[in-house]
Amino acid sequence: MTPIGLKSPPARLPRRQRTTADLRAMQRLMAHALYQPLTPADDLAPRFRDGRAMADVAASFIKPNDRLSSLERLQIYARCYWYRVIDCVYDDSPGLRALLGEQRFSALVRAYLAKYPSRSFTLRNLCSRLPQFIRDEPRWTAPRTALAHAVARFEWAQTVAFDGEARPVLTRDDFADAPPAKLRLALQPYVTLLAFDWPVDDYVIAVKQRDALRGEASHAVDHGPRAASHRRVPWPRRGRVHVVVHRYDHRLFYKRVESAAFRVLEQLAAGRTLAQAIAAAGARAKPDRVREWFATWMELGWFCRR
Amino acid sequence: MPANRFNAFTDYGIGLGLRVPHYAHILERKPTCGWFEIISENFLVDGGRPLHVLDRILEQYRVVQHGVSLYFGSADKPDRAHLRKLKALVKRTRTPWLSDHLCWGSVDGTYTHDLLPMPYTFAAAKHTAEKIRHVRDFLEVPICVENVSSYAEFHASEMTEWEFLGEVVERADCGILLDVNNIYVSAQNHGFDPYDYLDHVPHDRVGQMHIAGHTRFEKYILDTHDHPVLDPVWKLYAHATKLCGVTATLLEWDDKIPSFDEVHAEALKANEFIAGAREAKKGGDGFPSRPEFPRAPPQPRTARRAVPTSR
Repeated sequence: MTPIGLKSPPARLPRRQRTTADLRAMQRLMAHALYQPLTPADDLAPRFRDGRAMADVAASFIKPNDRLSSLERLQIYARCYWYRVIDCVYDDSPGLRALLGEQRFSALVRAYLAKYPSRSFTLRNLCSRLPQFIRDEPRWTAPRTALAHAVARFEWAQTVAFDGEARPVLTRDDFADAPPAKLRLALQPYVTLLAFDWPVDDYVIAVKQRDALRGEASHAVDHGPRAASHRRVPWPRRGRVHVVVHRYDHRLFYKRVESAAFRVLEQLAAGRTLAQAIAAAGARAKPDRVREWFATWMELGWFCRR
Repeated sequence: MPANRFNAFTDYGIGLGLRVPHYAHILERKPTCGWFEIISENFLVDGGRPLHVLDRILEQYRVVQHGVSLYFGSADKPDRAHLRKLKALVKRTRTPWLSDHLCWGSVDGTYTHDLLPMPYTFAAAKHTAEKIRHVRDFLEVPICVENVSSYAEFHASEMTEWEFLGEVVERADCGILLDVNNIYVSAQNHGFDPYDYLDHVPHDRVGQMHIAGHTRFEKYILDTHDHPVLDPVWKLYAHATKLCGVTATLLEWDDKIPSFDEVHAEALKANEFIAGAREAKKGGDGFPSRPEFPRAPPQPRTARRAVPTSR
């Protein structure tokens, strides 16, 4: 699998590096070697992606020393790279990891990162394309691809909610005189609307609680809690839920909303006017309920100027 | 009194890396600390708790920005969106200088998130220096580049690491963040004498120092930042301080992080050597003598200057 974004490696490096292009060629070659998944023993693959022996590729640009071959020196960097990025995805995806189990999750993460190396200066964005990868390559998650996709979207929404942009909050006074037929509201960039066929929020909360218990139990002498913490969190049963992932007072929250309210929010997020959004929710959007919804959403600071 | 023109902040003394496990302690107890070094990337976000915490820290403490992803040595041009975010953060923190590493880590817009070693070539030095100048001009803040620890050397290299460092900083006219632990780690991994390194870096450009712990494996040492500083590194630090004068110094502790008080106590050990530097300035010599290392034949002090500056 060729990493997305990285251009092809050079077949051969110049003997002397005289230009920035020569430097780029060497960096491209080394990046290709690093991005290639490790073997199950966490060694560099024996063959480079073009079929050459990895040892020959390493020897073409890295010096050996009296203790380590060129390949071994390159391998230090390859392991550091893979351990770092895998750790990052593990930290950001406890729900997906629990859902798939360690082995399948590990295979998924390695395949994902082999195809999508980071395209950002920050590791914060490393999982941004994981939902898309799960949808595009269902073999890594089958037969629970749809659920895995839902969990991955939910977990990415948490990253967005944690440190996404917050624009100035709209107050009632900002649009008191605006007619609903013309008023367009935007949701804060850190707010994500998610509709799932499973109670993914409950599932991830259960996983986090189990993992927290596991952490607490790690110093325990009594093996009772430790044994309990190894239990598998049951897969969620089907059931439609509408969840808003957001933050309040710098803390992360998942708020369930009823389907009509979700429809209103979706329509507003899509740029419809307030009147259009409420109309789209149909008869279930009764005036009293709509007033209650908006009172809550305003208090939570979800709206900003479009 | 500054030790040199890149070191106008000798009064900063000993600082600590600002790390998440210490947030609550710092915000609630407000411990005395000369300054905090932040990892810029942790705060290059658009909102939320990280910036809220940073603003509270800035109300009480001096903060210096240290980056891990400018990749001065990458052949790619600097990412403008990254630089714009970094400039906004520089304005927020009012960092007196900004540091990042003399390394590469990205190519074709993909990121390894590692500090990969440079081939020590004149072409790479020229390119790297141009990038440092570009970043400094855009950010409008002095830059210090940090030497990295490394585990590999390249056939293409045309000079030693310290010659390369000197070549880059002279061309870029920037400062150095001298990581003493990294010198030790690389010296062990590549078989050079760390004191040769220290003797040959341009001391008048050292604006900050790093100290840290490392981990020894069977065939190499890894820069893990998960231990107290080891004795050989303290000895190198003493020598570096003797050569460079009193310099703002930061202890890095990034993994298996103990309590704030433990990390702070470890960092404050550096004061002993800073006192030595002050003593030496008065005419005495408060430093331990330079230990003997199995060494290659010494190079003349002018070796760095003898390197052609263009090819």
